[in-house]
Amino acid sequence: MLRRRLNRLFGGDEGRVHSRTIYVGHKSCPPNEAYIPPKFCDNRIVSSKYTVWNFLPKNLFEQFRRIANFYFLIIFLVQVIVDTPTSPVTSGLPLFFVITVTAVKQGYEDWLRHKADREVNEYRVSVLEDGRRIRKMSAKIKVGDIVEVEEDETFPCDLILLQSSRDDGTCFVTTASLDGESNHKTHYTVADLESDLQYLSATIECEQPQPDLYKFVGRMHIYRNSQEPDVRSLGPENLLLKGANLKNTQKICGVAVYTGMETKMALNYQGKSQKRSAVEKSINAFLLVYLFILVSKALVCTTLKYVWQSKHDETWYNEKTQKEKETNQYLKMFTDFLSFMVLFNFIIPVSMYVTVEMQKFLGSFFITWDKDFFDPEIQEGALVNTSDLNEELGQVEYIFTDKTGTLTQNNMEFIECCIDGFQYKHGDGSSELDGFCVTDGPVNKIQQKAGREREELFLRALCLCHTVQVKESTKQRQDQNDQFDQIDQVDGLGLDHGFLDPPQKEMGFIASSPDEIALVKGAMRYGFTFLGLESKNMKILNRNKDVETYELLHVLNFDPVRRRMSVMVRSKTGDILLFCKGADSSIFPQVRQEEVERIRMHVERNATEGYRTLCVAYKHLSAQEYARADADLREARLALQDREEKLMAVYNRVETDMILIGATAVEDQLQDEAAQTMEALQGAGMKVWVLTGDKMETAKSTCYACGLFKKNTELLELTLRTLEDGGRSREERLHDLLLEYHKKAVQDAPPVKLGITRSWSVAGHDYGFIIDGASLSMVLSSSSEPNSRRYKNLFLQICQNCTSVLCCRMAPLQKAQIVKLVKNSKGNPITLSIGDGANDVSMILEAHVGIGIKGKEGRQAVKNSDYAIPKLKHLKKLLLAHGHLYYVRIAHLVQYFFYKNLCFILPQFLYQFFCGYSQQPLYDAAYLTMYNICFTSMPILAYSLLEQHICIEVLLEHSTLYRDIAKNAMLRWKLFLYWTALGIFHGLVFFFGVRFLFSNPALQDNGQVFGNWSYGTIVFTVLVFTVTLKLALDTRHWTWINHFVIWGSLAFYVFFSFFWGGIIWPFLKHQRLYFVFANMLSSVSAWLVIILLILLSLLPEILLVVLRKPRGPHARQMKHRLPSSGTSTIFMLSQTASTHSFSWSD
Amino acid sequence: MKQSNRIKAMVKEEQEESSNRPDNTAFTQQRLPAWQPILSASIVIPMFVLIGAAFIGVGVALFITSRDIQLQELDYTGDDSEHPCFKCRTNTEKCTCSMTFSIPTLFKGPVFFYYGLTNYFQNQRKYGASKDDNQLYGDLNYFTSPSTDCDPYTRDSKNMPIVPCGALANSMFNDTFTLSHTVNGVQKIVPLDGKGIAWWTDYNIKYRNPSITPLINAFNGTKKPTNWPKPIYELDTTDVYNNGFINQDFLVWMRRAALPDFRKLYRRITHDDYAAGLPAGNYTLTIAYNYPVHSFNGKKKVVLSNVSWMGGKNDFLGIAYIVVGSMCVVMSIVMLIVYARFKFGEDD
Repeated sequence: MLRRRLNRLFGGDEGRVHSRTIYVGHKSCPPNEAYIPPKFCDNRIVSSKYTVWNFLPKNLFEQFRRIANFYFLIIFLVQVIVDTPTSPVTSGLPLFFVITVTAVKQGYEDWLRHKADREVNEYRVSVLEDGRRIRKMSAKIKVGDIVEVEEDETFPCDLILLQSSRDDGTCFVTTASLDGESNHKTHYTVADLESDLQYLSATIECEQPQPDLYKFVGRMHIYRNSQEPDVRSLGPENLLLKGANLKNTQKICGVAVYTGMETKMALNYQGKSQKRSAVEKSINAFLLVYLFILVSKALVCTTLKYVWQSKHDETWYNEKTQKEKETNQYLKMFTDFLSFMVLFNFIIPVSMYVTVEMQKFLGSFFITWDKDFFDPEIQEGALVNTSDLNEELGQVEYIFTDKTGTLTQNNMEFIECCIDGFQYKHGDGSSELDGFCVTDGPVNKIQQKAGREREELFLRALCLCHTVQVKESTKQRQDQNDQFDQIDQVDGLGLDHGFLDPPQKEMGFIASSPDEIALVKGAMRYGFTFLGLESKNMKILNRNKDVETYELLHVLNFDPVRRRMSVMVRSKTGDILLFCKGADSSIFPQVRQEEVERIRMHVERNATEGYRTLCVAYKHLSAQEYARADADLREARLALQDREEKLMAVYNRVETDMILIGATAVEDQLQDEAAQTMEALQGAGMKVWVLTGDKMETAKSTCYACGLFKKNTELLELTLRTLEDGGRSREERLHDLLLEYHKKAVQDAPPVKLGITRSWSVAGHDYGFIIDGASLSMVLSSSSEPNSRRYKNLFLQICQNCTSVLCCRMAPLQKAQIVKLVKNSKGNPITLSIGDGANDVSMILEAHVGIGIKGKEGRQAVKNSDYAIPKLKHLKKLLLAHGHLYYVRIAHLVQYFFYKNLCFILPQFLYQFFCGYSQQPLYDAAYLTMYNICFTSMPILAYSLLEQHICIEVLLEHSTLYRDIAKNAMLRWKLFLYWTALGIFHGLVFFFGVRFLFSNPALQDNGQVFGNWSYGTIVFTVLVFTVTLKLALDTRHWTWINHFVIWGSLAFYVFFSFFWGGIIWPFLKHQRLYFVFANMLSSVSAWLVIILLILLSLLPEILLVVLRKPRGPHARQMKHRLPSSGTSTIFMLSQTASTHSFSWSD
Repeated sequence: MKQSNRIKAMVKEEQEESSNRPDNTAFTQQRLPAWQPILSASIVIPMFVLIGAAFIGVGVALFITSRDIQLQELDYTGDDSEHPCFKCRTNTEKCTCSMTFSIPTLFKGPVFFYYGLTNYFQNQRKYGASKDDNQLYGDLNYFTSPSTDCDPYTRDSKNMPIVPCGALANSMFNDTFTLSHTVNGVQKIVPLDGKGIAWWTDYNIKYRNPSITPLINAFNGTKKPTNWPKPIYELDTTDVYNNGFINQDFLVWMRRAALPDFRKLYRRITHDDYAAGLPAGNYTLTIAYNYPVHSFNGKKKVVLSNVSWMGGKNDFLGIAYIVVGSMCVVMSIVMLIVYARFKFGEDD
């Protein structure tokens, strides 16, 4: 370690920093050179945070780093050090409880982690050393060890695959535990290695560990008998990741390259950044107010104490001790101040944090439990990754949604194709297909068809140009001739082919993108079936049921920048062909221009219909051309640095001058209820922005289909197309367009009155905005700084005045940029991002709330999201019902907590005025401690978990209800003041009610008098009953749990008081409450005053509930019937148009 | 962070894939049967009228009861130079003064004899805590080493432990009273009953004498509180069950008052001829004036009162009940008006 650091410090050689060298099997290479074993970390996984020794200090340190805990610790310490009115137990016990519970929880979690670590670290693995197989613990694996892994085992570290038991040098793995994708992935051995690894002498040079799971660059040097070393390139396909499982392969051998904490898996699980909800910010603000109240109370009392003392000299009956007399006056003042702080510190309750946390944690279960979120197709329900943001779901103002896989199903179906400009539409009757395809081909009878040559070339291209694998199953290729009876499976999803007979044959395709499968299956319908790839040979069954074999030479992979992919194949006849497919915009510039126009027409028509279009092109490669391309490709693949750029350059060089053969149209069906969901969300006042990488036309048609754009929506376009109109420079045009749109959408639009925006009155001023990636980057990064800021503002203002915004051709980072832009705009609106693919991760992480769809594009989005749901339609319930309820619950919880502690402490404050500011507590220490823990905590917790002030059905039906709580409506200062005023009112009533009663303390019918503890107990009894009944008044949804908890805690209070006062407690210094409660109950006056004060406190509340505008579902429904009756009036109007006397009445 | 757990969770998830359908119970689906009360005006208005009526009823009853309670208050501080006790005000020696008063009608019994102090902060924290409950429970270990809570009344100047220690005990009220009834020109002493003036539990359980007889032996090596004229075991030498820590006057004093103006029960008049009450006539109150109050501007008084089911005289409760009851009624009327308007508005 030290040496490495020193090396870095003194600028050790560059290679060391950027790459590492691994000696396979720890053998010196070349053999004659001295072998210095390099230092790497061992393979021990440490996910645990603590050890037995550092648990206590470390855990305590971390807990007290939280402001609240620290505050209570300070209070506790003050109580211990200074002579304070309440014993340290009163604040120490709750703090101890909270700290212990948290510590036990964290300790348990850490113990589990230790156990899991141990299991992983002590797992026995086989390591080949000098040709012998040695079992050793996983933790002892060193970089360079050759590790043997058997089927179904987990890879113990990141390995380079050297040898596989399969003949073709491949192995299959699943990476379910890494990214959640459960499909089998193929990895390849390093080509041409010795069969006996004992004699392998090689070094591997590869990059330093980095967390990207899908990136790896390395180079292997193989030394054979002092020749020049052979060099092989290594890529992610050679790397087996720790945590993945070996499948379908008996065993493999690999050399460890990254171990322990340097494996990609370990690097990937380093917690995400914490998101904080708006409610938490409100809590902190309120907390400051209460802290201020606390300090000022203490200050007032301290001041008054010394004023009072100057008037009332030391009395003979209460002399000061010698020590007190000697203490410095200012020090005494300070300790008095601290004592008052301690006396009033209960105003900020330690239990609120616990309750809020519990509410969030337990509350989130209702999301996972909701069976409406259960999707029978994937057999999964919703997933909650963080419970901190439950209430944020009720505050969403902007929704950013991905298109593919989110608005649409990502369930591709081949619709039609166009070959040489002729349209081939596929009839949907399957039987028809049987008749046609063998004899006539896929020709629509009415239309002309292209030449048979071209047709077959096109279909071959479809069959060859992809990275689809045939899923192997047990009954593999039983019956090859029966190709039309195949079941196509996409990740276990059977597609609907009515006439199929499943048991006959099982065959499915696996691919990284569903488009490819749709295309392969499309080709299959027209008679060309892809049979699979066997040792670099692709097999196709053609129309005449002959098997054609092509040697696969190179795959030029798809990437989002190039937006196309190609394959190079060698046919039986020796011709070398390059097939390429990709987005129209990326293919057209690369082909000969004569064919383009005819096909462009089709592509654009298809795109407006909402289909995903791909163009297919091909070219013949001469032997020389191929040789050059081959050499270039190999060279680029071996590059250690900038490999991707180099590869891209080669790809671009090869993919030119092609011949366009046709285009395909694949339909991506809309998600279930996508339109209804969008309508509901818009009705709830949320603005929906679609951010997609797709083409504008396709995305636009999806927006129309989802109802985001309506017929009367006026579209404002800011795309490359509109920018290039008018023949001026793009910059100028951008400027003009922005100003024009701004005038239209912002300045000319009538000012929208907040709150009265009604969903049915949008006609007339409905704008939609469309922008594409290129234009966006121009807006965001304009050449001059002031311009750029101005453009940003214009852009934001336009967007905020449009009902929907469509951003197409977005790169993943641009998506995040937009989210960030809106997030930080005026008013800091709450944003939500929803997406399903890896390209949505950045925006999911950026938004306040990130939602992942458990779609088909892997689990990346789900892993990084805060909440994951199976389908888009679930978003409606998640926001409108769950979000709304959680927000109302937690908002009420917060307000109530502050309220109940204010009216708890206020009487204690007021009592100081009657006891010579001597810090005499009004309540007994037990009551002070238990008030927040036992007597009043359960009802509010039950409320905050179960309350449905409006029942779920109504919330779902009337999406406008969501607007009622928008902009943190329940935690505004006005409401906070209301609750504070209520708390003060209650506190005053409690204290002075009892104060007047005690003007004659002879309250028993036997003439005996009550003392100060009876006073406090009466106040406390009134307090407990009032705050509990206040909550009961607020509860709109009384389940048996609410009944149980509310009446239960009151009963518990009474029971506890009897119990506490019924026994002489040996551990107490003063038996203050001995029989105080029982004596209190024996007094009729006490009963009467308790009843009176409770009622008096609750009277205004009851009055308010009655007089407030009715909020119940009935009233809402009544309100909502209005528009429907309105439309019927319009209907009547049209019926009686001749009668002019008809007047509007409302 | 929790990678290993995560792997496990994943594996588990895979295994349970078929069974991870959420439970379809009322609780998990938030569909527990629930009562959804709506406080509509039609419920609240009659409820308010009822509550209001009940409160006014109770209030009137309380008010009448309280009014019927007789009360005779005698301030004997002696601030006024005319006052018979004026001479005792500054006198540190034993001083006796007497006041006369007359009762016009029968003062119904049982009559309770209270003493009252004003501007006396018995509820100060340090003062209240300045006692040792273990001593008072008769634990001899604490006789020799009292709790430091009692400072500066723990030990006397010779460092002898004080029993009972502390400011609270030390400042015990020590004025004594005799009440005599002038019958036919002859002073007849009204017997005062010192039993049953303290809480039953204080007398029987909370306070205990050490189980040593004679009691005096338990106090060997201790001193009486500095302000006391006689030690605790001589508080009532006539009655062994009213002596020491369970002396009822002591118990009454030890139960701290809630407010600076307070009264405490001194005696009950339940004996002989006065069981039915004090007959009309002239009475003389003789006060053994010991307790100094003028240093803190306090007042001393004697209160004779009878009690009802609601305790001593207290007009507050009755008035408060009547006020709150009327408020309920008024509110219900207001609500009725508002509701009627509101409803008409809705109907339009």
